[in-house]
Amino acid sequence: MAAHEDTIAGLAAALAARKLSSVEVTTATLDRIERAQQSLNAFVTIDRDGALAQAKAADAARARGDAGALAGVPIAHKDVLMTAGLTTTCGSRMLAKFVAPYDAFVVERLRRAGTVLVGKTNMDEFAMGSSNETSYFGTVKNPWNTAMVPGGSSGGSAAAVAARLVPGSTGTDTGGSIRQPAALTGICGLKPTYGVCSRYGLIAFASSLDTPGPFARTAEDCALMLNAMAGHDPRDSTSLDRPAEDYTREIAKPASGKPLAGLRIGLPREYFGDGLDAEVAAAIDAALATFRALGATTVDIELPAVKLSVPVYYVIAPAEASSNLSRFDGVRYGHRAAQYDGLADMYRRSRAEGFGAEVKRRILVGTYVLSHGYYDAYYLKAQKVRRLIADDFRRAFAQCDVMMGATTPGVAFPFGAKSADPVAMYLNDIFTIAGNLTGTPAISIPCGFTRAGLPIGLQIQGDYFSEARILDVAHRFQQASDWHARAPRDCAASEPRR
Amino acid sequence: MAVRGRSPRFEGIMTAKWEVVIGLETHAQLSTASKIFSGASTAFGAPPNAHASAVDIALPGVLPVLNRGAVERAIRFGLAVGGHVQPRSVFARKNYFYPDLPKGYQISQYEIPVVQGGRVEFVVGDAQKSVRLTRAHLEEDAGKSLHEDFSGMTGVDLNRAGTPLLEIVSEPDMRSAEEAVAYAKALHALVRWIDICDGNMQEGSFRCDANVSVRRAGDEALGTRCEIKNLNSFRFIEKAIQFEVRRQVELIDDGGTVVQETRLYDPDRDETRSMRSKEDAQDYRYFPDPDLPPLAIDSAWVARVQAWLPELPQAMRARMVERHGLLPHEAAILTAERDVATYYERTVAALGGSARLAAHWVIGELSAALNRSGVPVASAKVGPEALAGLLKRVEDKTLSGKLASTVFDAMWNGEGDADTIIAARGLKQISDTGALEKIVDDVLAAHPAIVAEVKAGKEKAFNALVGKAMAATKGKANPGEVNAILKRRLGG
Repeated sequence: MAAHEDTIAGLAAALAARKLSSVEVTTATLDRIERAQQSLNAFVTIDRDGALAQAKAADAARARGDAGALAGVPIAHKDVLMTAGLTTTCGSRMLAKFVAPYDAFVVERLRRAGTVLVGKTNMDEFAMGSSNETSYFGTVKNPWNTAMVPGGSSGGSAAAVAARLVPGSTGTDTGGSIRQPAALTGICGLKPTYGVCSRYGLIAFASSLDTPGPFARTAEDCALMLNAMAGHDPRDSTSLDRPAEDYTREIAKPASGKPLAGLRIGLPREYFGDGLDAEVAAAIDAALATFRALGATTVDIELPAVKLSVPVYYVIAPAEASSNLSRFDGVRYGHRAAQYDGLADMYRRSRAEGFGAEVKRRILVGTYVLSHGYYDAYYLKAQKVRRLIADDFRRAFAQCDVMMGATTPGVAFPFGAKSADPVAMYLNDIFTIAGNLTGTPAISIPCGFTRAGLPIGLQIQGDYFSEARILDVAHRFQQASDWHARAPRDCAASEPRR
Repeated sequence: MAVRGRSPRFEGIMTAKWEVVIGLETHAQLSTASKIFSGASTAFGAPPNAHASAVDIALPGVLPVLNRGAVERAIRFGLAVGGHVQPRSVFARKNYFYPDLPKGYQISQYEIPVVQGGRVEFVVGDAQKSVRLTRAHLEEDAGKSLHEDFSGMTGVDLNRAGTPLLEIVSEPDMRSAEEAVAYAKALHALVRWIDICDGNMQEGSFRCDANVSVRRAGDEALGTRCEIKNLNSFRFIEKAIQFEVRRQVELIDDGGTVVQETRLYDPDRDETRSMRSKEDAQDYRYFPDPDLPPLAIDSAWVARVQAWLPELPQAMRARMVERHGLLPHEAAILTAERDVATYYERTVAALGGSARLAAHWVIGELSAALNRSGVPVASAKVGPEALAGLLKRVEDKTLSGKLASTVFDAMWNGEGDADTIIAARGLKQISDTGALEKIVDDVLAAHPAIVAEVKAGKEKAFNALVGKAMAATKGKANPGEVNAILKRRLGG
């Protein structure tokens, strides 16, 4: 097997056994990334020199025997995460030339684990989007069909893993921005419990919802990534101070004939209704049959308030964003208009030029819902409904261990198909948003393909801090299926362009 | 529009026809070593932006972490004013754009402040006053825009950005500029007393906004108020309010109406000027800051702070009046500063005798010496125990008041303790009746003309004889004793 086809677990084992060096893996990885760049546009920044230096250091650490668990494994970070010395653009003209002076917490943690940072991945501007069409640096293409969107906002990170450019990458999930692109590109994407991974160094979109998490091709790899990424950070007041966990601990247990015996899977009625694509519904049903064969039982449940999650989200997220993005004013860093007449005009022009249409739309919506006289009707009401949704989840998890359903109502769609209709675009996140509003963890794993060859994602949601359980449930499914092993036609096959 | 000059018709009509209503909002900079949401230093006077961390300049991705010391100080204040320390309070974002506000919002407390209610007690003359507090809340300061140093540009210094502030909001309980100043002084003394603010007004550590309105005497409804921003001295508070009251009264008298607005006081011109009207008021779009969980203060924390809290000025004043027999204004002077009160208390303890004597000396000789030498009371060259040593010699009549002053000056100059100086200079007061009788008899014999005047009923002449006797002893005679002997001799 070529190194690029290997998993994080496989690569880490091969590197540990000194069967191959990180410099070899990293060089091959960089070559593939550069070859795929024209067709996929998954990266905003490729750091060849930095990556090779890290790879050499990882090899030296392996030789000394003091290497971290993931030493030498190449990964990519979503460009929303601050990476010291590298441009961190957030997919925006506003930060097109912004060099981060420090590492985000999860970046720092993955560095400490020994991973090699090869580059920064493309994304929807300021993580606002579900199709990667809002990036200032152009759209990312879906490796399964380059006429299709890869999903968003972490579209570059998802496409890079799906195209076997890197074995793992980071993303951030505010309303589905990890799970939705994972589903649309046929890989695994985990959104951990809010507070498990520090937000320090994550350029804020909606602070109460933003959650960093990993992309990989297997649940086991996601667990390995999360082991490095999770932990308490005193620099983030919403970071949770809990004892460290080994997220592979359930996966590591030996499998029996019925590894999921006793698992109660809740099937929310609201996730199986109208609007769900028939091919997607069929794939979910087939997956559920597999889970039953593994020993699990299913139970029908109801989440009545979840139908309000999209409108609630589109009040809370823009409200927080409108305030979070105020710091991009052209005063201290970021884009400043070349010509302006006075302070107010400097603000106006810098922000008008620096932000794209979707970002402006959300700033306007957010400013509106927080305005005097509207706050109670929108923001306060939304927060109340948010609590109702959390109540729904609490009741549900009294009846079941995990909830399952489709990650998205449909599969990857063509560029431009929904960009003229924001509401249609927003409805793509209808199944993922509730998990952000409650702060509970969820993973999307591949569970089939449409006849047109586009991947279908299964979402597994759990109660707070049930990451190890969710990852194990996903892992057992992957032991019994091979959807995660299917690769798209190789986008990096041709000769490198130099 | 600015209104200038003093109206001649103004003075008399003022108190008779109009009632002035004043409330103050005070920003006290909390004396933490680091900022309220970052680890950067709060030290004053550093080069621009030397104390601006990633959090203070609001780099992308940074997050606020609340400084426990700032909360501790807010609790102290809440307890000191008898307010309610909220077990759960909420930080909110106040959104507006300004170059010295790096995040585009200020983190403050809006709907649920850390302290609600309370009152500040103080003395005006010998009368006790009390001003109710609405609330006190924690917030961060903004940076500074520097317009002077750059031609055609504005510099931004973020050293001050993120400095912890306690905003203390009073009820509109004050009825004159004098009362407002007395309240501000009492508040200033209190925040220093409980060691939460250094009170340095030049550096902006303690500054007030005054809400001023007037209404016709007897009216129930409050008049329209104007807010005067950023008053950073007691004198400016007084002058600004006086000007504003005159302006509003004249405006109404001339048939105009007061417009609700924010005004700035210009000390150079002694006037207030309109800054922005209510119509220009921004919509700050307050909402709870999602980066900061609600601030939880448990009762154990409050109890620990309560146990730490020193005796407060108003309690100390009451004790001084009841137990020490001081007058309220004397007690007020002694409790204006905690160091002064401590000095006085230590003097009384070491003296073991008359507290009033100690009070008079602390208020009189000691304060004068401190003023002359410009040193704070904590580093007075005559410590409380040394002063008590001197006052013992006054109590036992070894020294007259005048001699004691001489000895005090010598002590201040480092010549040693009171007894050493008395011995070295031979300053012991002569109270020996036999010796004094001889001196008095000599004086009477030497000045028959003055004696005749006394016998003719001239009061002044008697004092002249006392003076002669005192002069004969170089001031060492006990004046009371001299008086008594003279009266006996002259058959008074």
